[in-house]
Amino acid sequence: MMQFKTILNNPAEWMLSAGPLGEIVISSRIRLARNLSGHSFPGWATEEDRMLVLDAVKPTVDTLSEMRGAFSSDLRNLSTIRKQVLVERHLISREQAAKGNGSAVVMNRKQTLCIMINEEDHLRMQSIKPGLNLKSAFNMIDKVDTKLEEHIDYAFDNQHGYLTACPTNLGTGMRASAMLHLPALVLSEQINQVIQAVNKIGLAVRGLYGEGTEALGNLFQVSNQHTLGEKEIEIVARLEKVIRQIIEHEKNARAALFEDRRAMLDDKVGRAYAILRHGHIISTKEALELLSMLRAGVDLGYFTNEVRGIIDVLFMEIQPAHLQMRADSKLGVEERDILRAEIMRDELKILPEPGKLPEQYPETKGNQDVDE
Amino acid sequence: MRCDVCQDKNATVYLTQIVDGQMQKVNLCDACAKEKGVTDPTGFALADLLLGLGSDEKVNLPGDELTCETCGFTQSGFKKNGRLGCSECYQVFGGGLDSLVKAMHKGTLHVGKVPTRYKVTKQFTDQITELKQRLKIAITDENFEEAAKLRDEIKSAEDEFVCAKEQ
Repeated sequence: MMQFKTILNNPAEWMLSAGPLGEIVISSRIRLARNLSGHSFPGWATEEDRMLVLDAVKPTVDTLSEMRGAFSSDLRNLSTIRKQVLVERHLISREQAAKGNGSAVVMNRKQTLCIMINEEDHLRMQSIKPGLNLKSAFNMIDKVDTKLEEHIDYAFDNQHGYLTACPTNLGTGMRASAMLHLPALVLSEQINQVIQAVNKIGLAVRGLYGEGTEALGNLFQVSNQHTLGEKEIEIVARLEKVIRQIIEHEKNARAALFEDRRAMLDDKVGRAYAILRHGHIISTKEALELLSMLRAGVDLGYFTNEVRGIIDVLFMEIQPAHLQMRADSKLGVEERDILRAEIMRDELKILPEPGKLPEQYPETKGNQDVDE
Repeated sequence: MRCDVCQDKNATVYLTQIVDGQMQKVNLCDACAKEKGVTDPTGFALADLLLGLGSDEKVNLPGDELTCETCGFTQSGFKKNGRLGCSECYQVFGGGLDSLVKAMHKGTLHVGKVPTRYKVTKQFTDQITELKQRLKIAITDENFEEAAKLRDEIKSAEDEFVCAKEQ
C-alpha cells in the first residue's frame, strides 16, 4: 500500500500542467455520488450504520484494478494536517476532512482517481485529469462505477435516478467541473459579466475550494448545477462548450491587454516577481495572487513555458497544510508566512528578470487541444 | 427579526410569494438575499429553494409529522439541513419534494445511466405492465381463450422476474 509521504513527494498528474489547453484550464474533474439501498445516508446514520456500510464497501473499492497500489485509509487514522493536505490537493472535500469514525478515503498513485466513503453520500468517487479533459475523466470514473455496481446494490429508482442525501445531486449524481485560470478577465474587470452569464444557463462558478470559497489566485471552478433530466454525456458536452467560450473570452482579454495595457502588464508581472523573489513574509492569499500573475507572465511570454510547471507545483506547496507537512510540525500563521516566502525565494531563484513584454504575442507550446 | 438563512443578522428583505395558491414568507438579511439571488425576478418558488419543503406558513403540528418508517427521518429534519435520511425518504416525502426538485433541475425524470440490475427490473416491469393491459382488453372483449393465455404468460414472466432478482 502506498505511504502518505509518497503522495506528498509526487505531484498529482494534473499538477504537471500538461493537459489540453493547459494554459487556461488547470484540471477537469468528474464526481459521482452513489448510495447503498437500505442504509441511512451518512449524515443521518448512526456510527454503527456507517461502520456497516464502510465494511461492506471498502473491500470492493480496495480490490478495483484501478486502485492497485493505492493509498487507502480510514479517516480516523489520519492527522488533521494530513487530512488538510488532501483537501488542498482537491482529493477529499472539506466536509470529508471533518469526519472521523466510519469514513475512509482510497486514492490511486497518480492521484487521478479518489473514492470517499461515507462523506455526504455513501460513495463519492472522482477522477481528475490535467487540462480540458472532461470526457476522458468521465470515461474513467464511469468504468469504475460500472465495476462497483456489480458488487454494490445502489439506491436507484427509475424516476429520480441515483438517490442522494441532498436532492441537488439526484439523477446522474454527477458533478462535472473544470478549474480555470482567468487573470485577464479579472484584470479587465469582465469576470463578473462572465460569471453572471454562466450562472444564467444553469452552470455554477465557484472559488478555488468549491462552494462558498473565495476566487483566490484568479482560479475559478465551473460546474454543472443540474444533475437530473439530462444524460451524463449531454451535461459534459454542454459544460465543455461553455468552458471553450470562456477560454475564448480569456484569450481575447489577454490579447486586448497585450495591445493596450503593456505598461500595466510589465508592472504587475514585475512586482509579482520582485515580491516573490525578495519577500520574507507572504500570506497564502498574497502568494496565490502573485503566483497567478507569474503564471500569466509565462502565458504572455515574459518567461519560458517550463516555468509554468514550477508555478503550478508552488500553488500547492505553499498552502498551509502542505507547509506544515514539509516542516513536519504544527506552524502558526506567522511561521507559515515566513516559511512560504522562503520556499518561493528558493524555488524561483533560477527565474530570470521578466523585463518588458515581448513585441510578438507568444505562441505557446504544451497547449494543444485534443481532437474531438 | 432574524434572517431565516443565517439565523444571525437582522432581516431586511421580506419576501412573500404565492405558489400554487399557498402563501410563503421568507425573511432575509442583506448578505443572504444577495447570495441567494432573491432580487432576481426570474427566480421561482424561492421559499422552497431556501427553506426546503414548504415554508413557515404550513407548519405541521407535532405528532402528525410525516416520518420515514425505514430510517425515522422527519420532514422538519429536512427543513433544517436540506438533506434526507435514506433512499426510502424519496418515496415518503415524494409529494413535498416535487416542486423543489423541479426548481433545482432541468427535468424531473432521470434519463442518464441505469445500473444493470435495475435495467433488468425495468425490462420485466415494463413487460408485465404491457401483458396486464392486454389481459384487461381481452377480458372486456370476452376473449377468454386469449385471456387464459395471457394469464399464463404473466405468471411465467413474474416467475422469471423473481428468478432474475435472486441471481
